[in-house]
Amino acid sequence: MKRAIGLAAIAAMTASAALAETVAPTNVTLADGVIEVSLTGQPGDPVEGRKVFANRKQGNCLACHINSDLSEEIFHGEVGPPIDGVADRWSAGELRAIVTNSKMVFEGTIMPAFYIDSGYERPLEDFAGKSILSAQQVEDVVAYLMTLKEE
Amino acid sequence: MNLKLWITLAVGSVSTAAIAQDSNELVIEGETLVTETAAPAHLEDFDTIYSGWRFRSSETQALETDDFDNPAFVFVDQGLDLWEEVDGSAGKACASCHEDVEDFAGLRTKLPRVQDGELVAMEDLVNGCRTERMGAEPWKWSGGKMTAMTALIGLQSRGMPVGVKIDGEAAPFWEKGKELYYTRVGQLDMACSNCHENNYGVMIRADHLSQGQINGFPTYRLKNAKLNSIHARFKGCMKNIRAEPFKEGGDEFKALELYLASRGQGLSVETPSVRN
Ligand code: HEC
Ligand code: HEC
Ligand code: HEC
Repeated sequence: MKRAIGLAAIAAMTASAALAETVAPTNVTLADGVIEVSLTGQPGDPVEGRKVFANRKQGNCLACHINSDLSEEIFHGEVGPPIDGVADRWSAGELRAIVTNSKMVFEGTIMPAFYIDSGYERPLEDFAGKSILSAQQVEDVVAYLMTLKEE
Repeated sequence: MNLKLWITLAVGSVSTAAIAQDSNELVIEGETLVTETAAPAHLEDFDTIYSGWRFRSSETQALETDDFDNPAFVFVDQGLDLWEEVDGSAGKACASCHEDVEDFAGLRTKLPRVQDGELVAMEDLVNGCRTERMGAEPWKWSGGKMTAMTALIGLQSRGMPVGVKIDGEAAPFWEKGKELYYTRVGQLDMACSNCHENNYGVMIRADHLSQGQINGFPTYRLKNAKLNSIHARFKGCMKNIRAEPFKEGGDEFKALELYLASRGQGLSVETPSVRN
């Protein structure tokens, strides 16, 4: 009996430890334009990140950023600066902050905050209370951006 | 981080924005339309306003220059049929009371306008006659019959300059529209101004951003091969930024319509225009 409770307690602890590794949008600490720690506690996957960057229903970063690495995609927007060589200009922690909540880095920007789940008005019902990207997708995008070096 | 580099890039994109509409002249059936003019005094952030026509590809532009090529005219013809069609308990057609649709020349340029304390759009005027004078059912705001009729009526003002009233009784409606224009909404958290004021002239993925003018409505869009009302376009832009749209024909969209019309004061009415 005692032993069973003990095991259950351990299982519960492990589960909460695993959950604690993914930081919820409201718990993100963004200080001085930087988020140091991975939102998932794990490094992201740059191959997945490249897909998220192009996908119109996910990052759709290509709507606003020209990216030579995605030259197979026909349409690249020009609302924001070209993303080429972005890893030479910013650290991983800075890129994580830009993708998570660009508004905390560039005041008044048109670029959406990809990892917030509140603070916006009149969302369509399907999107209410949700962030555009998941923590995993943010990490994948950051890992991908870190591969974009020119120097 | 390299803030300086980023600032240089940002400035670079602003200057492209200023020159990115083309310099083509819109001549429809021998008449030259105004697609570019000095911005009205109330617009502080730019000097010149442009019709959306100036941002379209030359193929799309060409469709608007000839009424035989303009696919919207199929619907204008439907509007003419509806004009003659008896409907409702009073047994009347539009033509029973309005001698000639040409008598509506100039009307499009002045709408929306305040009437008995309310802001009314062209759709309200048409439905007002249908329900109160014909004893007929109102048409759906953005439905095929309504857009056919608003295209026919709007066409009578083609080439005339947009000139809505924004002072006096119209002022509170105009202020409300202006506020909506600059308010960020949706999961993407953007305002109309973010795209149509700060970034017109640049590409947003496959689309060339215009100033979001409404001088050509209803508009035939190649995308859905039909006429699109002003409010349907507003709705589409709101859904794209994942925002819950306001109601078509509701107070918010009518106020926004007045404000947008005022951002296009002096541009020629292009109804029915062609866009992608
Ligand atoms: C609606 C347009 C838009 C979208 C969509 C967008 N951005 Fe941006 N982005 C901008 C703009 C504009 C800037 C410049 C900062 C400003 O607004 O002041 C920027 C800046 C950046 C920067 C800094 C660039 C540099 O070289 O200094 C990065 C990195 C970035 N964005 C990444 C992304 C990623 C990744 C995505 C997709 C997950 C994305 N952006 C989606 C508009 C956008
Ligand atoms: C029973 C007669 C009658 C019928 C039928 C009728 N109208 Fe009217 N309509 C009027 C009157 C009267 C006015 C208000 C006086 C005016 O401005 O001409 C008016 C006003 C209008 C106006 C506003 C004109 C302006 O300059 O302010 C429009 C637009 C209009 N009607 C369209 C239509 C359409 C479209 C139909 C058919 C669907 C229609 N009407 C059917 C009598 C009628
Ligand atoms: C994310 C950017 C974006 C935002 C925000 C946006 N639009 Fe648009 N809008 C577009 C694009 C892209 C088009 C099609 C190309 C063009 O004409 O700019 C368009 C087209 C239009 C047009 C048609 C212009 C024409 O010439 O026929 C109107 C009107 C318009 N928008 C109004 C609005 C209003 C009102 C809002 C705010 C509720 C808004 N838009 C918000 C991107 C946007």
